[in-house]
Parts: sequence; structure tokens; C-alpha cells
Amino acid sequence: MREHTYPQLGETVWEETLPNGLALRVVSKPHYTKACAFFVTRYGGMDLRFQRGGRWLDTPAGIAHYLEHKMFDTKDGNALQELAKNGAEPNAFTSNAITAYYFYSTEHFYDNLKILLQFVSIPYFTQESVEKEQGIIGQEIRMVEDTPDWQVYQQLMECLYEKSPARVSVAGTVESIRAITAETLYDCHNAFYTPSNMVLVVVGSVDPARVAAIARAVLPESGGPEIPRDYGEEESPAPAKGEAVQEMEVSMPQFLAGYKCPTPPEGAEQLRLSMIGDMACDILFGDSSPLYRRLYEEGLINGSFGGNFDILPGAAYLYVGGDANDPHAVHRSITAEAQRLGREGIDEGFYQQIRRAAYGQMIRSLNSFENIAIAQAEGVFHHYDYYAFPEVFASITKADIETFLRENITEERTALSLILPKV
Amino acid sequence: MTKTRMPLAEDVYLTYVPAVKFKTDFLSAQFITPLRREAAGLNALLSAVLERGCVRYPDMQQLSAALDLLYGANVEHVVRKRGENQLWGFVATCVDDAYLPDHAAVLEPLGDILGELICHPVLEDGRLKADYVLSERTNLLDAIRSVVNDKRALASKRLLEEMCRGEPYGLSHIGEEADVAAITPQQLTDHYRSAIASSRLELYYCGRAELERVVGVCRRIIRDLPRSGGAGIALPSPHSTRGEPQVIRDQMDVAQGKLGVGFTVDSSDKDAVFVMNTMFGGTSNSKLFLNVREKLSLCYYASSAYHRSKNLITVSSGIEFENYQKALDEILAQLEAMRRGDWEEWELTGARSCIANGHQSMADSASRMEDFYMGQVATGRDDTPESLMDAALAVTPERIMAAARATSLDTTYFLTGKEAQQDA
Repeated sequence: MREHTYPQLGETVWEETLPNGLALRVVSKPHYTKACAFFVTRYGGMDLRFQRGGRWLDTPAGIAHYLEHKMFDTKDGNALQELAKNGAEPNAFTSNAITAYYFYSTEHFYDNLKILLQFVSIPYFTQESVEKEQGIIGQEIRMVEDTPDWQVYQQLMECLYEKSPARVSVAGTVESIRAITAETLYDCHNAFYTPSNMVLVVVGSVDPARVAAIARAVLPESGGPEIPRDYGEEESPAPAKGEAVQEMEVSMPQFLAGYKCPTPPEGAEQLRLSMIGDMACDILFGDSSPLYRRLYEEGLINGSFGGNFDILPGAAYLYVGGDANDPHAVHRSITAEAQRLGREGIDEGFYQQIRRAAYGQMIRSLNSFENIAIAQAEGVFHHYDYYAFPEVFASITKADIETFLRENITEERTALSLILPKV
Repeated sequence: MTKTRMPLAEDVYLTYVPAVKFKTDFLSAQFITPLRREAAGLNALLSAVLERGCVRYPDMQQLSAALDLLYGANVEHVVRKRGENQLWGFVATCVDDAYLPDHAAVLEPLGDILGELICHPVLEDGRLKADYVLSERTNLLDAIRSVVNDKRALASKRLLEEMCRGEPYGLSHIGEEADVAAITPQQLTDHYRSAIASSRLELYYCGRAELERVVGVCRRIIRDLPRSGGAGIALPSPHSTRGEPQVIRDQMDVAQGKLGVGFTVDSSDKDAVFVMNTMFGGTSNSKLFLNVREKLSLCYYASSAYHRSKNLITVSSGIEFENYQKALDEILAQLEAMRRGDWEEWELTGARSCIANGHQSMADSASRMEDFYMGQVATGRDDTPESLMDAALAVTPERIMAAARATSLDTTYFLTGKEAQQDA
């Protein structure tokens, strides 16, 4: 394995790509008791239409997440229990773009790693066990349906996007998951759970060579073909729908405004864009922004107010929201302030202040093993070195942020999602 | 990693945990006072008002600018319930000097900001600024009402409220709507003056800095802190048992029912109760997870928590309305299995491994350690993660069965749909 040190960050990473195409990253964390392993496939809720053997396949909404649940079934029982017996804390999640299986443990790390690689690479389920899962996932979906944060987000995505699968909920619906069979799950596993479509990231005080040896011994020798995916036709800058409203059992109105941004680039440019987007959020509506202060002091927003810039497969958007009694007024103020900043420019002193805070924020995120593992995996999938962020960050200028705000945070690109209290 | 605890002034203590592994320093200043209904809202509101600004940084924009310039240092007010005390005050973090350009020292200025926020709030005619008090009062009222937004948290809150009615443990840590709505700037100012003088203050630091440096920072935080003698802290009162278990049912327009089951434990062998609870519903390997979820597919989550200071166990699960009785029966059946010692060897070994993992990995998180040590102080204990782990690992199957037999049903809570069948 090759060793890379990043003295400015106090970090060391060992890396290698195995002959089967698996990318391996071991992030060294001396002094820590725990270690974690994240085994990640580039397959998420948005990968509904893809090509296999020259044929386009359409799969039901929620299938990647369903597969995640069923992967824990093993020939001898359940991998969750195997890992828990060793004291590991195992878990998994499915996002729009990826599915990640992981565990944290303080003991038996290498045994646990072996179990992780085995159960994720060897599917073992039957039509019967697949059907049984309907009840559990059905309740997971019911749970999020009662969650206003989830509803306001889901409704926003349906407003912003017309054709992109970004508008489809990762878990699907109680109806869509009924169409899932053991056979479709096996098909999806065969397509996406190949070493060349996956990354293994280990964070902790571990022996990199031993990690690589286990990966070589457990995983298949060959990778898999590249999978062409279809994320829908190019979207127009305008949202599919300007506004959507839903009533729920909530104490006060909740809103989420979204701004549809152009298709993101690949490589280091993507990392750069995500930093520009994050800084644009800080400058436009972060805790220390003039807009935040004004809206807070006028009582239009409270501490729940905030947002972020997010990159998805083939799509990017900025969102901002919270609890507010007059969401329309807040929404108008955000767009107007972005346009003003784009036109008049950002105050130089304020820009330097936000720059410092943003740098500190990135260093701070290196305390989290999960942040590190996901950032490393994203870096592999999108072809950049995440730990090169200090250099990429240094290349960002005030004009970059102004252009971002002027071009993206506009009336034409925005949609508003509202949750109102039931009367 | 050894913890040092030392007094710094009258009823002011520092807990110091050295650690070189983190990129950040963690510094908290929390007052600990007995949880009482009227005081809860006052302390919660006060914490939020103090965060609005101080004489040196009189509004939120100037305060955030100062923090931004310290490379994105962070200060936030935090209000918690631990045992039967309320913890309120600030938690602050900053990137450690080692990772900053020129190794700029940010811990000292951050400590100064904490001291300013606590001791030099913005005053108008001798009172806390009315604008701040009134707008934070609105925000706190919104926060109190917003508990209905998170149905799982709502169900847990309602269960404890009903189960511990008349005990401080059943109170909300951020106060009640009616009490908070009535707070005036004058009243909050009077409360501020007496509270910061009489309440126990706990300072906590975790990071790379040497003890001597941290003591210096802390002395500056409390330089202007008035001290008038201790209001003391509350030790947990025993839960009063009821003759017959009670059943509470709320209705809302929801898609999923939320079941909460509360048990009281009549045993002083808390280490055994802890291990018993871990096997019963504490992990994704527990009886509740494997049976209520995996075997019967009734839910996505089913877990239990041990409230050690009060010797209570609460179970929480999200289910279809009509599965109420089925889920409750299964939960009680699993407790019965624990009483009989009906488990396989791996269930106990697995629980022990999880306990070891949980306690050992605590040292990998500055905030988890802070929460642990503040919890110790608030419940009048002086345990360490290691001592609790060792005690738990020594628990025998006989003691686990005895703990389960000492556990009895107290309250069943169900949040159900508006149109749900009443016999659901």
C-alpha cells in the first residue's frame, strides 16, 4: 500500500486499488480505541434505471434500501448478530447515491472486518425472507411519513425535479416496495456489488497490510463491468412546481426552499464546487450573516433556521429552511439578499471572516470517523483526493461565491415546500 | 487518559481530561441545579438570552464574528436533564492550536467569551435586555410546543411524564408553556442574579492543552462570577410504585402508532439491571429487536433504555395501530424469558462485548465523556467508564435473572391515530 501524509491536517492515509478494482483506503488514527470499517457501493436510491447485458432495466423505487436490509441475512443467520457477538456496533444506510455498511469496534477488529466483507459480498435470501421484510420496511416508511423534516424535504425534491430520480424517496413507498422480489434483488446485487464499484475505508489504529490481506482473501478475484445508469433527461433550470403545501400534526409552519443548480462536474472541480456552495450558504444565511441577524431579530426565523448545498448524481441544489410563521417573507428575503450580494459584492472583511470559519469547520469534521469514511469514499467515486481540500480551498475567491449566488440563487430556480399545522 | 477533578472556587469545579487525538478542544461551563417546574423554564430561557450577547459583543452578529475569527469556534447554550437535576449553560469547541496557521492560540479568547456571556450580559436599565428576553421567550415557547413534531420523542416524554407524575424526573428540562409565557424581563433578571451566584458551576475541558493552561483559562471564566453559597444539587428520589399498572392513550393524526412501556425495578443491583436491560432491549442483538422486529416483523424499531439514577426501564417502538396488544404481549413475554433465564450463551457474551465496546469507545469522544462525567456529578456518583464496565462484566446469570424478576410493569403509553379502532 502507498502511504500519503498530510502534515497540515495531521493525517496519514494508506491506499491501494486491488486487481479486482476495489479501492482501499486506511486512514490512520493513532491513540483511538475504536476503529471502523465502511464498505460502500456506488448504488443508491437514485439508481433505478440501468443497463445490464445491453438491456435497460427499470427497478422499483426503494430497491437499493430494501437490498441493504436483506444483505444482513446470511447462511448461518444474521450478520448483525455475528458482529454484535464480537461487541461491534454494526449498521448501514442508503442515500441517494450510495449504500454503506459499517461497524465500529474496540475488539476483534479483523474478525469483524472479515464478517463485513463476507456478508456484503455474498447475498443470501429467499422469496420468503424478502416478503417478511415488507413489514419492517413498511414501518420504517410509516415512521418517516410522520416526520415533518422528512416530508418537507421529500416535497421539495418533488417540486424541484421533474424527471430526475432525485424526486423519488430513497426508501420508496409502501406500494412501490411490494413489487420487489428476491430475483430483482439478486440482479441488483450482481450489478452493483462488484469490487470495482465499491470502496473499503478503514479508520483507526490498524495494520493497513492486514486490512488489504483480508480484502484480498475474502472478495472475488474479478471486478465487474461498468454499469451505465440513467438519471433522466437534462433538467431545465426551472423547478417542476413552484410550491407545495401539506398539513401535518406540527406546532408551527415549517418550510424548505430549494434552488436548483446546474449538473455538477466530476473530479477536483466537484470538491471545489461543494466548498463554494457551502461557503455561499455561510455568507448568505449562516449564523453570522447580516441576513440571519435581521430575520432573527425581526422574529421571522429561530434557531432551527439553516441550510446546505448538496450534490447528487447528475444534480445539485441548495436548500434552506426551518420553522417560521411567515415562510414566504423569509423565502423572498433569501433570494433578494443573494441577488444583492451577487450585484454589489460581498464585504471583504466579512468574506475573510467566513473563510477562516469555513477552514476551521473542515478541520473539525476530521474528528468524525463517519465523515472521514464517507468523504474518502466520495473522493474515490468522483475522482478526487478529499484530503487535498486545503489546496482546493485556497483556490476559491470571493468572485467565485458572488458568481455562484448570482447565477443559482434566483427566482427562476427556486421552489418552496411548506408543512402547515392541521387546523 | 486520566481525568482530574479539582475545585476552583466555592462550589465551582473543573473536570480535566487530557487527549491528543482530537482536532478540537472541548470546553463546557454548566450550572447544575435541582430540577423544579418553575425554575426549569427560567434556566432554559436564561441560557438562551445569555447567548444573545454580552457587553463586549452585544449582539449575535458581533458574537458570531468573534467566533468566526477564532477559526470557527462554536458556543451554544445547552440545557439537559441528568438524574433529577437540570444542567444549563454553555458548551464551546474550537480547533486546536496545533492545526491552525501559525498555531494561533484560540482557547484563551474562547474562554474569555464564555466568561463574558455568563458574567456580563447586555443590560438595559439594570435589566436583561427586554428585546432578547421577549424574543427568546417566543423561541422557547416554540421549542416547547415543537415536541409534537417528533412523535417518537413525544411518546417518550409523555411516558415519563405519566409514569413519574409528582417526581422531578417527570418534568420537562425546558419548562412548561404556561410558566414560560409568564416570565418577564425583571423576573428573569432577578433569577439571573441569584442563580449564577448560588448554583454549582461545573467546568469541563477535554483536549491537548496542559492542565495548568486550562486552569488559567477557567480562572478567567469565573473571575467575575459572584458566589453566595450553594443552592446544592438534588440526589435522585426513589420512584414511588403504584398498585396497579396504568394505561395511558393519546390520539393524534399520525400514520404510525408509538408504544411506550415503563417498568420500575425494585433492586439495588444496578450493574445487573444494566446487563439485563442490554440483553432485553439495549442492542440490535437484544430480545426485543430479534423478536418484536425480526421474528414478528411488527416494527422498524423496538428498544429499551435503563434510567440508572431512577431505576426505571422504558421500552419504545413504532407499530401499526392494530398491533398494540400483539407488540405489548411480545415485549412482556421477552421480559418473562429474561426472568426465567431463557437465553442462549451468545446473548450474554454478545451483551458483555457490547458493554465493553460502549465503555471503551467513550474515550474516543470528548462530548460523550463530558456527558458521562456531568451525569456522574448530577447523580452524586463518582464512577468511571472503566469501573462501570468492570462491574457490569462481573455480573452473573443468576443476578441477571434476579434483576428481571425485580422488574415490573408500571405504565403503558400508546400514541394512536384519530380514527384508530378503540380496541386496537
